[in-house]
Amino acid sequence: MGEFKVHRVRFFDYMPSAIRTMAFNSQTERLAVARADGAVEIFNFNDNFFQEKVIPGQDGRAIEALCWVGHRLFSAGLNGEITEYDLENLRPQYTVDAYGGPIWTISSNSQGTQLAVGCEDGTVKIFAILEERIQFQRNLNRHKGRIISLCWHPSSAQIAAGMTDMITIYDAETGQATRRLLVDRAMGASKNKEVVVWSVGYLSDHTIISGDSAGKVQIWNGLTGTLVRTYLVTKWDVLSLIINASQDESSVIAGTSEGTVIQFQFISSTLDQHDKEWVRTRTFRNHSHDVSALAHTDTAVVSGGMDTQLVVRPLLDKVEKNTQESALRKIAFPHRSLVGCAKKAGLLLFQFPDRLELWKLGESEGHGEQHTHTHTLGEDHICCSALSACGGWLAYSTVSSVRLYRIQYNKTISINKVPKLPKELRSVHQLCFSSDSSKLFASSCQSSVIVVAVSQQECRYLHTLKHKTGEWKARMHLLCASDDGKWLATANTDCEIHIYNLHKMKLHCMVPVYNSCPTTIAIHPVTNNLISVHADQQIFEFSLVQKEYTQWSRRLQTQGLLSLWLERDTPITHITFNPKNPDHIILHDTYMFCIIDQSLPFPELNAVLWNQMTLKNLPVSQRIGQSHAFKICKIFQHLMCVSLLEDLSLVVVERPLLDIMSQLPAPVRQKKFAT
Amino acid sequence: MVEHGDIRVVHCGGSKLNFRDPVITHDSRFLLCASGEAVKVFSTSTEECIHELRGHTGLVTGVLLRPSNHLQVYSSSLDGTVRLWDFTDGILIKTCVIGYPIYSFYASAKHENVIFIVTSMPSEKRAERFQLVAVHLPQSGDQLVEARELSAVLSGVNPNPAAIAFGRGVRIRRHKDNKKGGWNTFTCVACHPKDDCIATGHEDGKIRLWRNFNHKKEYTYSTLHWHHSAVSSLCFTPEGTNLLSGGVESVLIQWRYKQESERDFLPRLGAAITHITVSPDGSLFCTSHSDNKITIIQSCVKVSAVIQGLVKGDSIRTDLMMDPRSKALVLNGKPGHLQFYSLQRDKLLYNLDIVQQEYIHESGLQQFEVVKAAFDASGLWLATVEERHQKAAELELNLKLWAFDEQTQSFVLNTTISAPHDAQITAMSFRQTADSQTTLLVSTSKDGHFKAWQLAAPAHTEDEGPSWLCDFVGAYHGLVPECCSFSADGSLLAVAFQEVVTVWSPATWELLTTLSQPPGAVSDLCFGRLSCSKYLLGTTASNLLCCWNLLTCSLEWSTSMDVRRLLVDPLSENMAAFCYQSGSTDLFVFKPSEPRPLFSRKAVCSGKVTQAVFAPREEMLESCEESSQWLNRSQLYFLTQQMVNNISSSTCFLFSPLKLVIDDSVAMTPFYLLLGKHRQQQQEHRDSDSSLWAERTALPQTSASIKELLQTPAHVLPSTSYLCSMFVQSLLISVSDAREEKAHAEEEMESEKEEEDSEEEMESSRSKPELVAAATESDAPALTKAQARELRRVRKLDHSWLAGLLDS
Repeated sequence: MGEFKVHRVRFFDYMPSAIRTMAFNSQTERLAVARADGAVEIFNFNDNFFQEKVIPGQDGRAIEALCWVGHRLFSAGLNGEITEYDLENLRPQYTVDAYGGPIWTISSNSQGTQLAVGCEDGTVKIFAILEERIQFQRNLNRHKGRIISLCWHPSSAQIAAGMTDMITIYDAETGQATRRLLVDRAMGASKNKEVVVWSVGYLSDHTIISGDSAGKVQIWNGLTGTLVRTYLVTKWDVLSLIINASQDESSVIAGTSEGTVIQFQFISSTLDQHDKEWVRTRTFRNHSHDVSALAHTDTAVVSGGMDTQLVVRPLLDKVEKNTQESALRKIAFPHRSLVGCAKKAGLLLFQFPDRLELWKLGESEGHGEQHTHTHTLGEDHICCSALSACGGWLAYSTVSSVRLYRIQYNKTISINKVPKLPKELRSVHQLCFSSDSSKLFASSCQSSVIVVAVSQQECRYLHTLKHKTGEWKARMHLLCASDDGKWLATANTDCEIHIYNLHKMKLHCMVPVYNSCPTTIAIHPVTNNLISVHADQQIFEFSLVQKEYTQWSRRLQTQGLLSLWLERDTPITHITFNPKNPDHIILHDTYMFCIIDQSLPFPELNAVLWNQMTLKNLPVSQRIGQSHAFKICKIFQHLMCVSLLEDLSLVVVERPLLDIMSQLPAPVRQKKFAT
Repeated sequence: MVEHGDIRVVHCGGSKLNFRDPVITHDSRFLLCASGEAVKVFSTSTEECIHELRGHTGLVTGVLLRPSNHLQVYSSSLDGTVRLWDFTDGILIKTCVIGYPIYSFYASAKHENVIFIVTSMPSEKRAERFQLVAVHLPQSGDQLVEARELSAVLSGVNPNPAAIAFGRGVRIRRHKDNKKGGWNTFTCVACHPKDDCIATGHEDGKIRLWRNFNHKKEYTYSTLHWHHSAVSSLCFTPEGTNLLSGGVESVLIQWRYKQESERDFLPRLGAAITHITVSPDGSLFCTSHSDNKITIIQSCVKVSAVIQGLVKGDSIRTDLMMDPRSKALVLNGKPGHLQFYSLQRDKLLYNLDIVQQEYIHESGLQQFEVVKAAFDASGLWLATVEERHQKAAELELNLKLWAFDEQTQSFVLNTTISAPHDAQITAMSFRQTADSQTTLLVSTSKDGHFKAWQLAAPAHTEDEGPSWLCDFVGAYHGLVPECCSFSADGSLLAVAFQEVVTVWSPATWELLTTLSQPPGAVSDLCFGRLSCSKYLLGTTASNLLCCWNLLTCSLEWSTSMDVRRLLVDPLSENMAAFCYQSGSTDLFVFKPSEPRPLFSRKAVCSGKVTQAVFAPREEMLESCEESSQWLNRSQLYFLTQQMVNNISSSTCFLFSPLKLVIDDSVAMTPFYLLLGKHRQQQQEHRDSDSSLWAERTALPQTSASIKELLQTPAHVLPSTSYLCSMFVQSLLISVSDAREEKAHAEEEMESEKEEEDSEEEMESSRSKPELVAAATESDAPALTKAQARELRRVRKLDHSWLAGLLDS
């Protein structure tokens, strides 16, 4: 495995943003998560919960609610606007002002024809969903007080709206309020405090379920307007509530500000009878802070909140026991690399939503790293950034623009913006410099790669690389140039990987499509093989010259990967190579980094992976018998980046989860045992 | 006659009341609980034991009301039988032999005449596995039936009865299903009487209510969490409106079914709850506790009755003692308490709070424990030692001296000496002087010293009474003293320092002599009494029993025995030694001056006996049999540990046929005597005549003729006169003569001073024969040669005369 000098970097104080709301699309198995900084992330639940898309946020955009209508995603926020997103180009497509003050909630009917939004001024506004846009239809009867929550009846004939101190049922046709359900205030001292119905659900049998700020989950009969049952689940707020509408509506989950998620189920008390009732069943306690967003998939409860983690808790009665599916998943870090590393110059680039930080690794042992800042100017957040290997160039992109900086390093760092950029560089998804820093590659819309030559004097547009077919393709989320400057590999979210020959400036070949999205790709500097790692943790090696999978890759596929490897729940986000030993591939995910030695045999499928310390104590003969291709190191925890510099020192960028936890605001209240 | 006497080990009480969950009858008047080999019927209002349903020969493992007749009760036992009782009258109705040891059993109203038992799986090698078996009880009027229809239901179940429960016609079982880590292991299960809902208690203190469980995988559960440690018992009320749970916190919690956020508590129940039952009408709750107590609670608010048994904590740190005043058995009971237990009534008299600190109900906490206690001879003073040993901190020790207060009739704390020694106290002893003013206490400790404490007059103030002060600190070459003993007259103190026994004079604190018997540290030490007061006996760790003569300061004799416990009878010179040998314990009773034991019994019980005590009898027993005379003045009680979960205390006392006759107050006809004897012989289960020392005589050869006499139908019997001679012949045997002669021959070989002893013995035995019936006169162990000869002559004469009379 070899020994490395390690730069252990812990000053990347990346802070994920709190999860505000989420929406699950059960047809496409995509989960949309909105964070407090306005970013929207799309997770593919079919592909190992991979974070496919990130729409960067914007200052001042606060999303309060998300809503899927088919494949379209709408959001509404406290700025009073409804936004539809362009999920291909990862930017807001258009915004419509609802003219009702801040919007608290948005909900579409089951046919996907109408969108209802609840506004601060107490109106429920209905928008018609048209082909390309939405159009205001009408207001429902206005009430005093804001509309906090909305839910359509599955027949689209009624809308239940949660307000302060009451729930109103509207007739969607006439816009008249047909029924008002008064919600009790909390007992005791807070009797005078009005109760907010944070969340409401409307079942097809006209049962209304509400969660409110007095800590109650209440079940109402919507036909008669009577209260059926009250469950006092917390002393604080029930912030979110969701029904598994895609299934038989027999399960409801509610998230509280204590960090618990409580499940209610519609079951009969005795087996042979049919009089079912709602019973409080499981309690999940996976959060330390408010659970403000919930989603109910067929097999799992997905929750997120102030503590920024997305938790996927499988329902054990719906999944096979003791499989990968039944494991609890916590998604804390983005599934992409936020760290750029200039291998020759020893510079690190940290990407934050609203700024970039450039750090210089010190020469002396342990300390002495200096750093400089660059700030973004606009209100748009950064979607990608790149640092050239020589450390001379820095590029970043927002939704609307790309900027390129020249970094000069003599005693002090000076960063100068390159003034004139070619107009082709406007909206890009991924940036990448060639290894000699002479070219900048940018994946643009229409699935093309723009090649720009960068030099001291000028910045010149060279070429646009396109597929032969030129048809509309998914965006490219990964770019990778080879060391010798001949090849460029691109990967898109349709799981395709294309290889371009940069000398000829045309498509070289396409790697056979695998059904899982690649999470990172890299071209080997010596053999020019393309290594790709996918969301289901499979590793492939593709020979660019021979245009086929290598022998090593075929052997790996026939023997299969270790179950220990396959059961990891964070994707590999970065690959580097050891220039001294071309057999070594260094890759990392959040919890470990691994050196794959291609010259060694693969371990047995169910073998126990010895850690290096135990191996060191074994006698030499036994140690050789135990040696295999996978060398896993877990000393460094919650890795953001592992990279090998030119001088063979290893840069390890850590961001311990505990540090993130300690920076969170104090929880509203945490349930402690025996209180 | 039956020379070796009829000394039996009798289980005398103190058995566990909390072994299995108790049962409350339909009218809520009685509470039935398994207690050792019997089922006890208590009154729920007066706490008194009304009946004991005796008949099982093994541990009773379950009590259940018969579902079809609520005036009858089933009980199951490890002896492989299920018995049906009428508990109001205490009558055994039916015995059903199943033939396998039953670990727990269940019945349901849905299954008429079918019971479900848990037995061990046959043909299992090592790890014991258990299976649930359904047994169809045969319908017949016979008293004794054998159940043959067995069908296995489940295998691999847990023998703990909390692991199985009946639902509405569905039977549920959860054996220890260790899901993911050890924390959510199931501890108990209960079924809702109406709904399809199962409550399970878990190791981590959670209660889960499972619903929807019959669909294949669609089950769901909700969690209730109040307990901080494992939930030990769960019970639904009969209507299913409430769920009761309890655990080590000793708080009974009542959860409202379907409104689980509302709950009621009944705290301070004294000890960890092990079982909860509810009466069929739901008015009475009943909780069993780990300190062998059953609490009866009225509608979850008021404790109405407490039935308390002998408390056996984790270990009996103090020895068994007799309170000289109340004649009660004293040992440590509840944490921090000494309990006074009446052996005669099998009832706890009272608890004396020694530690006087709040006990925290949490497992794993190190709390103060009473480790040593000693009474002085008159019962005026009680000395106790409590200690708390925490891993990190050093040992905390307190020596407390309690004076008996005549007015309150209880012990009052007189002196507390904190840290009397630097290390654990190994032994403690009062000087037992003839005058009742005993004012000297000696304690030995692992710090290498022994200290003498004396009651001293108050120094300065008047209002304070006398208190105890340290009088002398002794040591011997830095060795650790293990035990100490005062001689009967209090003039000598023997302290054993590992291999060396030192003898001190308490008056001057002068080291008189040292006795040494290497190898092996001396572990038990006691002086002989009365005529044997010149002997000092000790047991060593290398399995030697040594007897020193204090006059010559030399070893008188020693023998190789693994003596676990050496006891001295306070009222006679007898000593009892419990030896552990190959899995069972042997008992020897001997006089230090005599080489032959008075009594020996192999395998008194299986397992080790570490605690035993001689309890003086209230009235001296008149017995003339040689081997049982040692029990005339006192009874010997010992504590056994038969099974891991069943510690039962047993007594060993004389059980002579004569006593039986007198007790039953039946006219004492010769035939009755005969009959009684015959029964005795049948009861003679194991008669080990291959003891170490004593050779036993064989049973008298009378049984054949008696059997003939008794078993032949009356109409075919020969004439009475013919039978009479046979009968009388059977009473008078000549075998005993040979034995007696042999005994006398041995006695003659003994030294002179021992003859003096036997003279004394004879004195006591001679006062008895008047009471003894004519048929049982062949006893008198210490008759002189001449007397014996005369007796034989008389007997022969008698016989011929009687025979002649009959023949005529």
